[in-house]
Amino acid sequence: MFIFMLLFSRQGKLRLQKWYVPLSDKEKKKITRELVQTVLARKPKMCSFLEWRDLKVVYKRYASLYFCCAIEDQDNELITLEIIHRYVELLDKYFGSVCELDIIFNFEKAYFILDEFLLGGEAQETSKKNVLKAIEQADLLQETKRSILKSII
Amino acid sequence: MPAVSKGDGMRGLAVFISDIRNCKSKEAEIKRINKELANIRSKFKGDKALDGYSKKKYVCKLLFIFLLGHDIDFGHMEAVNLLSSNKYTEKQIGYLFISVLVNSNSELIRLINNAIKNDLSSRNPTFMCLALHCIANVGSREMAEAFASEIPRILVAGDTMDSVKQSAALCLLRLYKTSPDLVLMGEWTSRVVHLLNDQHMGVVTAAISLITCLSQKNPDEFKTCVSLAVSRLSRIVSSASTDLQDYTYYFVPAPWLSCKLLRLLQCYPPPEDGAVKGRLVECLETILNKAQEPPKSKKVQHSNAKNAILFEAISLIIHYDSEPNLLVRACNQLGQFLQHRETNLRYLALESMCTLASSEFSHEAVKTHIETVINALKTERDVSVRQRAADLLYAMCDRSNAKQIVAEMLSYLETADYSIREEMVLKVAILAEKYAVDYSWYVDTILNLIRIAGDYVSEEVWYRVIQIVINRDDVQGYAAKTVFEALQAPACHENMVKVGGYILGEFGNLIAGDPRSSPLVQFNLLHSKFHLCSVPTRALLLSAYIKFINLFPETKATIQEVLRCDSQIRNSDVELQQRAVEYLKLSSIASTDVLATVLEEMPPFPERESSILAKLKKKKGPGAVSVTELEDGKRESGELNGGGDRGQDAASTPSPSADLLGIRSSAPVSAAPASAGSLLVDVFSEAGPAAPSGAVNDDGFLRFVCKNNGVLFENQLLQIGIKSEYRQNLGRMYLFYGNKTSVQFASFTTTVNCPGELQSHILQSKPVEPLVEGGAQIQQVLNIECLTDFSDAPLLNIKFRYGGALQNLTLKLPVTINKFFQPTEMASQDFFQRWKQLSQPQQEAQKIFKANHGMDTEVIKAKLLGLGMALLDNVDPNPENYVCAGVIQTKSQQVGCLLRLEPNAQAQMYRLTLRCSKDSVSKRLCELLAQQF
Repeated sequence: MFIFMLLFSRQGKLRLQKWYVPLSDKEKKKITRELVQTVLARKPKMCSFLEWRDLKVVYKRYASLYFCCAIEDQDNELITLEIIHRYVELLDKYFGSVCELDIIFNFEKAYFILDEFLLGGEAQETSKKNVLKAIEQADLLQETKRSILKSII
Repeated sequence: MPAVSKGDGMRGLAVFISDIRNCKSKEAEIKRINKELANIRSKFKGDKALDGYSKKKYVCKLLFIFLLGHDIDFGHMEAVNLLSSNKYTEKQIGYLFISVLVNSNSELIRLINNAIKNDLSSRNPTFMCLALHCIANVGSREMAEAFASEIPRILVAGDTMDSVKQSAALCLLRLYKTSPDLVLMGEWTSRVVHLLNDQHMGVVTAAISLITCLSQKNPDEFKTCVSLAVSRLSRIVSSASTDLQDYTYYFVPAPWLSCKLLRLLQCYPPPEDGAVKGRLVECLETILNKAQEPPKSKKVQHSNAKNAILFEAISLIIHYDSEPNLLVRACNQLGQFLQHRETNLRYLALESMCTLASSEFSHEAVKTHIETVINALKTERDVSVRQRAADLLYAMCDRSNAKQIVAEMLSYLETADYSIREEMVLKVAILAEKYAVDYSWYVDTILNLIRIAGDYVSEEVWYRVIQIVINRDDVQGYAAKTVFEALQAPACHENMVKVGGYILGEFGNLIAGDPRSSPLVQFNLLHSKFHLCSVPTRALLLSAYIKFINLFPETKATIQEVLRCDSQIRNSDVELQQRAVEYLKLSSIASTDVLATVLEEMPPFPERESSILAKLKKKKGPGAVSVTELEDGKRESGELNGGGDRGQDAASTPSPSADLLGIRSSAPVSAAPASAGSLLVDVFSEAGPAAPSGAVNDDGFLRFVCKNNGVLFENQLLQIGIKSEYRQNLGRMYLFYGNKTSVQFASFTTTVNCPGELQSHILQSKPVEPLVEGGAQIQQVLNIECLTDFSDAPLLNIKFRYGGALQNLTLKLPVTINKFFQPTEMASQDFFQRWKQLSQPQQEAQKIFKANHGMDTEVIKAKLLGLGMALLDNVDPNPENYVCAGVIQTKSQQVGCLLRLEPNAQAQMYRLTLRCSKDSVSKRLCELLAQQF
């Protein structure tokens, strides 16, 4: 099970955070601060897994963004790397070659996509098609709503 | 893909985000945010009713501000209002806000739950999913109370859409994790298990996480999932890469589901049904075979997905630990990965091999990779990989390769990363002790350890080397010589000075014959380090000096001179001053005899759990695989009280590892059932008086028949240690009650009951302090007198309040009749003469029983000695047999006892015969002893 997932930039700016266990805001901030530092300090060719405090951490860098997950002890590291990759694929497909700015300006979308893909820290739907279908439906609802608005104006 | 309207759905939000990004400084950002917060507040408070769109926009802005790391204390109500909007996007933002920023405001929770309830019953799948996502994200107890009974229904209903089922499964999982008591599967169990057969792969993927978690908690109820999981796995493994369409990931069919299926199977032992097992073994073989096939794609995603399944399959093989063929294949596969160019694979191979090393089938196969692993330790560029290599070396170490591994670890230590040095030091110290064939090697290793990484050598490590040197006289001379040499180094670590001071103070005489290490040379060498050391080390050195005065009277004048000088006798540190004054006085007024008695060599330390091992366990946390137990009779269960004045150990109570994040905090103690087998009696029962002795478990009690000290009882709250001594018909028992929690125990009371005839055996016990602070230990002394022989043990009842709950516990005190033995030496002739005298049938008790432990001569002898009788050599014509003699001292009479133990190694059986002058004693001793071997 995922314990949390963090997306942060090379400068250490947090772009997305998802927590699958109840923690206080203070704890979350502390973990984020320390883990971001630890991961940013690692060199490019190093291994994607590390033991950090009591946690197994899996991370991967895509362009300027780091995707970083903490998982439970018995969880599979490699499959976690591919969960990260599939999430990146989903963002990429949705935004059309995603970049950091897309996630900054559409943070709520990044959360919605994540919720369709992972729920409660476990994979809910691993098919790219099915996840995107769910998101598209939501967007269609938005589109219709907006066009009504426009027609009123 | 529809043209995505990136954010222009809410222009105001996009503008705000750009503004924040354009802020040049933190101050500017805060200013901009405060302006926005004021704006939103006024909008929310304003008279004009906001339309849904504006509300959504402002709530979204608040969310953004919160995610930037600022506190948000309003807007919850507006977000909740959005939940009941019938516009999807408004609802969606409302739910997102609630998921990220839950507030425990009860009024709000009620409203949120109401909205969720409406959406769940809306029959609109998109709305239902949103509501389920929200429950899964928040997962609070209140939500569990409201929905735990509803969701299983949604999950298994025939007309539920697949996407809703998926969300429902994981939603239920989250609720089960927060409030297992509220999620009752009961009637749904079988239908949930059958979701493994669902047509829709997404449903299976989601449901299996739920099933795995439930199986871990209730394996029996979910047993049927094993055969379903095997057949599902088999279908996936044998499918072509295109069969599963979108569930194929870079030519690997359903990697996530495969991993989860293999993970689920790890909750169970190997399938009993032959056909199922055959099918599973076939799957595992196919997975291993596929690893050898050429890759279908060069993409790393392909190999990662494929290897993820492979590693999970290997975990299952290790979990079963019953198929030697598969274990060896797994080991070979991992061996290939050890040299793979991907760092990730090398890391995982090292990690996985650690567990393989502990299986008897694959231990040898793992050992063949020693050179590769040593090489990894030396050349890997990533510290986390080196750490894994060190762990693996530790795990694969045994007697055959200990010297090589310890040497490699020592040389690695010189350049090791600071973050792992302390752990490395502990590991080296443990391996050196565990596999020491000759103790001079052990001493060398530890001294090297101090030389190389002195700062990381914790007290436990140097205490331990001293304990071992003191307990083994064959190594004392060597140890003295070696520390003496080590101290010659111009700069040596303070820990070296401590060990040197202690050892020369005890055994300096063993090397004093050599003029190069004459008493004065030794003293001057130690004293040359004195001024550079910290106060505790100086105190230790002062004690070494006074020991020198006893060992070498010729140094007396020099040492008295040192003690007398102002920097000692007027030292501002009270401890140092006191030692100097007292030692000076002692050395001037005491006669040589008195001095020799007071400053006698330290007695051997009682055997105990290695304090370093306890420390490593503590560091690693309970359940760490790599910590194997120290064996070889060097270990008994932990002893509470450190012996000796200077080598005093902290009570080695391995506390549960400090859970840094508090994320995986263990279940609250009061809710834990009395689980461990060693618990003596219903620990958590609220019942009043002691349970009847029928319910008293004998395990802990029986361990003390042949020994007097150790831990009698331990659970999550309390540890009870015992130290006892007996002389003739009198005994004294020290009970140490240790509070393992950080919370005070209130109303702590203990009572000792002697059933029936024992009535007056325990003479007195002062009541204990009613409060035991968190982490503290209190002591109680019982004085015991044996009036007549007895067979029932006294009962100790302990009551206290922990966090309001009354804890009540009854233990058998290990006072047994054999404690009052006086050993009697006698020659063969006398023995058999007496043996014949005790020939009445009721005077003899005999038992033939199977060996419960190995039939090691030394262990048997130690136990018989522990029993308290004299072990007589050359008495029995058969040298394999053991005979003992002793007299039990009671106030009313003395009971002579003779014992004969005849082992039969071939049959792994013993025959035990006791003849005593009183028949009840023969019987009781026979019962007690029959369970010891």
